[in-house]
Amino acid sequence: MVNVQHTQPVNPSGARNLVRRGEIPPVSRNDNAVVWVESVYKVLQQVMDPEIPVLSIVDLGMITDVKVDDALVTVKMIPTFTACPAIRHIKENIVSTLAANGIENALVVVDDSISWNSNRLTDNARVVLEKFGLGTPTKNCNDITPEMLEDAACPFCKSSNTTMNSMFGSTLCRSIHYCFDCKQKFERFKPVV
Amino acid sequence: MNNDAIKDLILKMADDALVIGHRNSEWTGIGPIMEEDIAFSSMAQDKIGHAQALYQILHAESGMPEPDVLGFQRKESEFKSCQLVELPIGDYAFSLVRHFFFDHADATRYEMLTQSSFQPLANLAKKIKGELKYHTLHADVWVKKLGNGTEESKARMQSAVNETFPYALGIFEPSKYENELKADSVFAGEVELQKRWLDKITPLIEQAGLKLPNARQDDIKYGGRNGYHTEHLQPMLTEMNEVISTDYNTEW
Repeated sequence: MVNVQHTQPVNPSGARNLVRRGEIPPVSRNDNAVVWVESVYKVLQQVMDPEIPVLSIVDLGMITDVKVDDALVTVKMIPTFTACPAIRHIKENIVSTLAANGIENALVVVDDSISWNSNRLTDNARVVLEKFGLGTPTKNCNDITPEMLEDAACPFCKSSNTTMNSMFGSTLCRSIHYCFDCKQKFERFKPVV
Repeated sequence: MNNDAIKDLILKMADDALVIGHRNSEWTGIGPIMEEDIAFSSMAQDKIGHAQALYQILHAESGMPEPDVLGFQRKESEFKSCQLVELPIGDYAFSLVRHFFFDHADATRYEMLTQSSFQPLANLAKKIKGELKYHTLHADVWVKKLGNGTEESKARMQSAVNETFPYALGIFEPSKYENELKADSVFAGEVELQKRWLDKITPLIEQAGLKLPNARQDDIKYGGRNGYHTEHLQPMLTEMNEVISTDYNTEW
């Protein structure tokens, strides 16, 4: 009841006749499933967030579980925001990217039991965001305070001599800031709990 | 668990979110400054997403129609939203004060619902609670700034508070299912919500140099929860549904 299934298997009728190609090792026994799961994660690193196209959905913390059994790869994912308009697009990208890497039968389900928050970003995500020109959220936050919103480092010159102009930005996950040192406006991937 | 009680609760929350979301979106392009244009547009997107998620629970768990049908194909009298959310956007002071009253109530409601025995709602509440933090912080910043601003900004904020407060109290119109919701530990009820809401907003209003008016019981704008709306809801629904109503079965 908790996990609402939003996507049907791509090829339900062919569930027992998977064609697996490419680098992915063909595995049909559960004791070897860990190899498969790692391979799936590797492929998912190629699926990018549509709004930050350098950041993978894995680094963004959107994948909550990957299960592999004989017939089916099940990927569980969570949206960053409830109103994320790209969920269907991302689900389709997961299926098509897995298929392009030889995993033909994937089921993507939205995991309603886990909520996304900005603590789920990986360390690599922070590096990628800064290179992309976005400030990074406060680490390990439990609550959002006004002080935390002001405490943003400039992604360009690394100065913390900045101020927040708006807690809403060009996408739901961004706020707008200004750096007094390099005189640049910048956006920040904002902390969310 | 009483299914009718759960449906009633979720439907009114979803309708509130859809209607306030649409009203917020009316600031897109005409906000007093660009940042506020973006803020109200972002909050509109959040609210409509919340409405969609709530309608989806009704569809998946209670056998109600698809979210688009629930949102766009019901009659005005079937909407359970409170009258506060349907009022036109007015001036910025009005929209801001409405946003302040509504979002503190909404955030408090979701906070309470994180403990709900109805698991799909509890899960969603945990998620939405975090998103609404930005809505309440945004409202607090501007209410304080304008309440303590110039003589004119203070006067306009106070008059918006006076005008809006009886409608805001209408958020907490009790439903006929209060006892069932409490007995089943689904929701602690509108009376409790109103109490917690007042505890939150009273000090904030004082810090903003403003005053809450005395509202007599007769002044409170009840009715929305039972489908009785002001003259403003129908024109809004007509506009909102203008495109989809040309052909409900079109694939977009």
